[in-house]
Amino acid sequence: MFIPHTESETGEMLKALGLKSIDELFEDIPDKYRFPKLDLPPALSEMEAFSMVQAISQSNESTQDLICFLGAGAYNHYIPAVVDAVISRGEFFTAYTPYQPEISQGTLQAVFEYQSLIAALTGMDVSNASHYDGATACAEAGVLAFHHFFGKRPRIVISPSLHPHYRETMRTYLQGYADVDIVGDESGVNPLLHPDQLVSKVDESTSLVLVQYPDFFGRIFDLSSLAESVHEKGALLGVAVNPLSLGLLKPPGEFGADIVVGEGQSLGIPLSFGGPYLGIFATRKELVRKLAGRLVGESVDQQGRKGYVLTLTAREQHIRREKSTSNICTNQGLMALASAVYLSSLGKNGMRAVANLCYQKAHYAASQIARVPGFAVLDDVPFFHEFIVHCPDSVEEINLHLLDHGILGGYDLGCDYPTLKNHMLIAVTEMVDKEDIDLLTEILGEAHHG
Amino acid sequence: MAEPTVFELSSPGRIGVRYPVPDVPESTMPDGLIRNSLPLPELSEQDIIRHYTRLSKLNYSVDGGLYPLGSCTMKYNPRVNEKAARLPGFAGVHPFQPVETVQGCLALMYNLQLTLAEISGFKGITLQPAAGAQGEFVGVAIIRAYHLSRKDEKRTKILIPDSAHGTNPASSAMKGFEIVPIPTDKDGNIDLAALTSACDETSAGLMLTNPNTLGLFETHVLEVIRIVHQAGALVYGDGANLNALLGIVRPGDLGIDIMHFNLHKTFSTPHGGGGPGSGPVGVTENLVDFLPTPVIDIIEDGSEDMAPLYGFRTPSHSIGRVKSFNGHFGMLVRAFTYISMYGGEGLRNISEYAVLNANYLLSRIRNEYKLAYDRVCMHEFVLEGRWDDAPGVIALDIAKRLMDYGFHPPTNYFPLIVHDALMIEPTETENKQTLDAFADALIAIALEAKNEPDLLKSAPHVTPVGRLDEVKAARDLVLCCWIPDRED
Repeated sequence: MFIPHTESETGEMLKALGLKSIDELFEDIPDKYRFPKLDLPPALSEMEAFSMVQAISQSNESTQDLICFLGAGAYNHYIPAVVDAVISRGEFFTAYTPYQPEISQGTLQAVFEYQSLIAALTGMDVSNASHYDGATACAEAGVLAFHHFFGKRPRIVISPSLHPHYRETMRTYLQGYADVDIVGDESGVNPLLHPDQLVSKVDESTSLVLVQYPDFFGRIFDLSSLAESVHEKGALLGVAVNPLSLGLLKPPGEFGADIVVGEGQSLGIPLSFGGPYLGIFATRKELVRKLAGRLVGESVDQQGRKGYVLTLTAREQHIRREKSTSNICTNQGLMALASAVYLSSLGKNGMRAVANLCYQKAHYAASQIARVPGFAVLDDVPFFHEFIVHCPDSVEEINLHLLDHGILGGYDLGCDYPTLKNHMLIAVTEMVDKEDIDLLTEILGEAHHG
Repeated sequence: MAEPTVFELSSPGRIGVRYPVPDVPESTMPDGLIRNSLPLPELSEQDIIRHYTRLSKLNYSVDGGLYPLGSCTMKYNPRVNEKAARLPGFAGVHPFQPVETVQGCLALMYNLQLTLAEISGFKGITLQPAAGAQGEFVGVAIIRAYHLSRKDEKRTKILIPDSAHGTNPASSAMKGFEIVPIPTDKDGNIDLAALTSACDETSAGLMLTNPNTLGLFETHVLEVIRIVHQAGALVYGDGANLNALLGIVRPGDLGIDIMHFNLHKTFSTPHGGGGPGSGPVGVTENLVDFLPTPVIDIIEDGSEDMAPLYGFRTPSHSIGRVKSFNGHFGMLVRAFTYISMYGGEGLRNISEYAVLNANYLLSRIRNEYKLAYDRVCMHEFVLEGRWDDAPGVIALDIAKRLMDYGFHPPTNYFPLIVHDALMIEPTETENKQTLDAFADALIAIALEAKNEPDLLKSAPHVTPVGRLDEVKAARDLVLCCWIPDRED
């Protein structure tokens, strides 16, 4: 298996050490606690282990068996075979952080290209090598803004239409930063407010205004007037994106965003029950020295050959220790690679095509659901591939009924927003076809009458 | 010849992935919200495969050879783990599905929580943290929440040994703590006198890496923990070096209060070129209510013929959420598969052979290299990469020269308390022949250092590029090969 030592090799090695048994190597361990018996099941062979794990996986229902209209921050997209073929290469997935650039040019160039692809997609100047996920990228945006103003602007304004997990994670991260006050999403606030309405919360003590685009409800707003108002107060504008939507939509860079973060899962990463995903983090070039996380830059060797290295490492924890901009030690390397392969394979044409498919199918679905008696679609604002449906019954009950027909229904917004009880968030991707949407509409009609 | 970037390989109009035409009536696009330019590359699928295949060949990897990077536990990554994580019943599951449809995922997570608790001697486990550094952050947040819950508000300091990983102070600073460094004594242990005088009613906790980053087990670990507890502070265990302790000793039994695991080190999930990792955290009984949300629990008891219903639970004094959704689930599947192939008794072999390999390798080279602290090491050891009779040579030169011999260098310049440190961790999956070949290379380099130092100073010679100009990289700051052109 994975420990290669034969009995005679172990014997030779012990002999070289002048020992009789391996146990003698552990004499520094307090006697009383040495060699505990672990109460775990006995060892399985590979064949048995795989079959056990496979059986566990089969007790799930997955998007392979169900028609998926569930999104809310994680989306069921087609992943071209080329993506897994590349990230399954041992040269990529069994390497570590490229500390030794001479023998890590593959990883380094791939990350450099990832940074470039994300910058191009978001319309920003620079991207880092990635964060853990969309939520932690939002939290790190808060940390960046705090440090950017040397702690003198403790207020952070977040939109209630920012993903609930992102808002919770930001609060967890920023507890402990002196006087930081996160406002904008209080329970009394209308969750469906226009982002421009956040301006009233922005004052001279505000470091960051963070909104989502498309927002948690799938809606898209022109953010240029918000950007202008935020900048007038001297604060930074952060925008959390679904990068796949940017195949079609105007990138936040064009609205004047200072920081773009986002959940990169939609770019070729499997749903995998919530992780590992990819945290996107891009900024204007003026903020590059405040960025947390790894950055890869271009350089040359002594013979003038082009090569790539980790750069601006003086910001990082292994050098600056407690004075670093973040404690992040790795990035989401393999997931960043997956998204780079996805973006490069789809390219200009494919990214437009897939975003357009999502948009068209979602709009067809919305128009059909709007005709079902008892259901109403909230479509007063343009949306991308996700929209709110007001249901005649509880979302939970409707979803149970849909599940009986092999349909994974939408997200129950009442869980996070009390005023949106009986409101369902429906996501539509290229993975469903017209018949699936028609079936959904039909079952919704039954659900109401039945 | 340098590999061009995907942007340089692009040819306008070339298609990589084709999509079907929409099967629904066309809707109009919203005004003013559609982008004009989308400056992404255009390549064929073969272009992509060739590009990334060529890039992959420029990488050193565990699959390619020994990767003795100290503190990183670069062990073999079993292929069955990869197969397991890609099972459609895992990879295709949406995190917001009704719990009734994801009982397999939840059962696996629940069992992994129990398994990690049994291995480590802790009472409660969170699988949420995305990486070791995030696990540390969670641990420090729990320390803070614990003291605040007791209205013990003056505990503002975290004690950190000078041998600790840089993430320890960085994680503590993120929670607003002041850092008090604790020196190491002449045997490579925590200096007990210094620790005693540093501990007082302002101490919130100690962050202890054991075995420490010198690869040594803290001889006085029970005394260290007693001193810290007596001052009313908590002991955080950095689990980076857990590969030395499986079935050897349980950190929870020693009295450690909180510890993070690195599934990507100890439990063989791949390092991925720098992530994704996974950093679960274990805590003692009095801290379980502070764990981040959600933890996996049984929400409806089962019976003889009915499996229990697993679900999510938020602990009563939870520090909150630290990332979206349910941890790095794919990594959890890999670690769970790996542990099941070792079982309760087999896990001990991992640590036994990791420690045997390190000590054997050390015995092969100890005449040629200065050892920072001369003791039986655990799963790794630290050398000084310098000699009095080779004055121009530094650890970096040895590291670079190792590449010419076909090996990945050890961690260098860490821990900071050793001059020109070379930190070597072979792991249990390396065989004797590989260890011997690596030892031979280190011995040959020690000889070269004295006779032909220029060979080291100018190394590496056989790699695709030589030493790169890091000053230029930081000064010119080319981070992107597509220059934003908003007029495009």
